[in-house]
Amino acid sequence: MAQQNHNMLEVSGLKKRFGDDIVLDGVDLTVSRGEVVVILGSSGCGKSTLLRCINGLESVDEGSIRIDGEEVAVGSRSLTRLRQKIGMVFQSYDLFPHKNILDNITLAPVKVQKRSKQEARAQAEQLLRRVGLWEKRKAYPRELSGGQKQRVAIVRALCLNPEIMLFDEVTAALDPEMVREVLDVMLELAQGGMTMLIVTHEMQFARAVADRIVFLDEGKVLENLPAEEFFENPRTQRAKDFLQTFEFKKQ
Amino acid sequence: MKYLDWNFITKYAPLYAEAAKLTVFIAFWGILLAFAVGVICSAALYYKVPVLRRIIQAYIELSRNTPLLVQLFFLYFGLPNIGIVWSGETCAIIGIAFLGGSYMTETLRSGLESIDKIQEESAASLGLNKWLTMKEIIFPQAMAISVPGICANVIFLIKETSVVSGIALADLMYVAKDLIGLYYKTDESLTMLVIAYLIILLPVSIIATLLERRMRHAGFGN
Ligand SMILES: Nc1ncnc2c1ncn2[C@@H]1O[C@H](COP(=O)(O)OP(=O)(O)OP(=O)(O)O)[C@@H](O)[C@H]1O
Ligand SMILES: [Mg+2]
Repeated sequence: MAQQNHNMLEVSGLKKRFGDDIVLDGVDLTVSRGEVVVILGSSGCGKSTLLRCINGLESVDEGSIRIDGEEVAVGSRSLTRLRQKIGMVFQSYDLFPHKNILDNITLAPVKVQKRSKQEARAQAEQLLRRVGLWEKRKAYPRELSGGQKQRVAIVRALCLNPEIMLFDEVTAALDPEMVREVLDVMLELAQGGMTMLIVTHEMQFARAVADRIVFLDEGKVLENLPAEEFFENPRTQRAKDFLQTFEFKKQ
Repeated sequence: MKYLDWNFITKYAPLYAEAAKLTVFIAFWGILLAFAVGVICSAALYYKVPVLRRIIQAYIELSRNTPLLVQLFFLYFGLPNIGIVWSGETCAIIGIAFLGGSYMTETLRSGLESIDKIQEESAASLGLNKWLTMKEIIFPQAMAISVPGICANVIFLIKETSVVSGIALADLMYVAKDLIGLYYKTDESLTMLVIAYLIILLPVSIIATLLERRMRHAGFGN
């Protein structure tokens, strides 16, 4: 891992409220270049909100978020430029239904990054081949399975050459037999050195892919440990209870 | 149909053809402008632009709750009092645009609002700015959804043009009324009037149906 002056992502003292609800209560989190961090926590603890703040989709009440040293500020001009460094994939399929797969992928590279159509297409082809969907390039999103759509969504984000990828439960809405194909793509990305921040409920996957686990509870970071350590020896009772819920033992 | 005076019909049919041209001319430009008004106003409502949004809401109420004929009278007889003199055609086109603009606005607005928020967010996360997001993502989808409503508005507005005879424009309605007044050939005059409107409206209606069907098939839904 190359030594850089600053981390890829630095969140400090982040607070976020929805009305009177405090959803993120002083979150500190750093992700260094090439690191894969998985955020775990029970439903409603603020995982999605954290990712949305990082991507500037939600404004922040207190604290700061820096991508590659640069502050994420909602409504600022720099935000659109900064967002090109961040690739995000959501839980619900968010492809553009009126555009075919290739156009979904090349839209932002051409219109936002002002790259030539040919060059964007060439990269899209290479990425689509990698996830085994090149032959679907002319299809519309509705013609694809959930797993295929999510792979396209990943490719679409990658085609902007982001420096960090955010994944918010991208397999949660998939049929079980399609989960694997998406996770495999993510695993391959991680092995390729991509910096990633992942929210997932797939524990085995988390264990396989993560360098570090951040355990979030009621808007606070309760644990921030190397992956193996977290799974083998969680420090807090909350984390133990959480992991317990994923275990099945013969009664 | 035996009792119709066919000589009369052949003699005055060209008058209807002339009038139909005027009707189509007014409808075409009026509807085009109405659509433009609709696009701009619906976008302003969608983005909840302060102040402008209130003005547009007031405009919609005014436009939808006053008869077109009254709007035309205002433009044709009222405006000259403050020094604005427009030709009858201009008044008719602006009148149709004024009326149609509010209908188009409402139709497009509900189309825009039916697009899932996630579309806007994923566009934003790809770095698209507001303008590109609207142009490339939201508007095309909203348009497709709004097709049936827009078609209904177009047909409604073409029919509404019949009131422009009220400001002495020689459209289809005017010619028919004129002929009835002159020759008392009520059956012939009205039959030709109905047929003339059908000739204009049927193709529009057929195109509308085809468009709707196509959009339904394209139905990109999830
Ligand atoms: N736009 C919003 N307005 C009000 N409250 C919100 C909003 N978005 C999220 N919340 C609330 O914030 C809390 C955290 O939500 P968030 O979606 O971040 O949880 P999560 O950890 O992603 O949960 P899950 O695992 O179910 O996806 C929840 O209590 C939720 O109801
Ligand atoms: Mg969530």
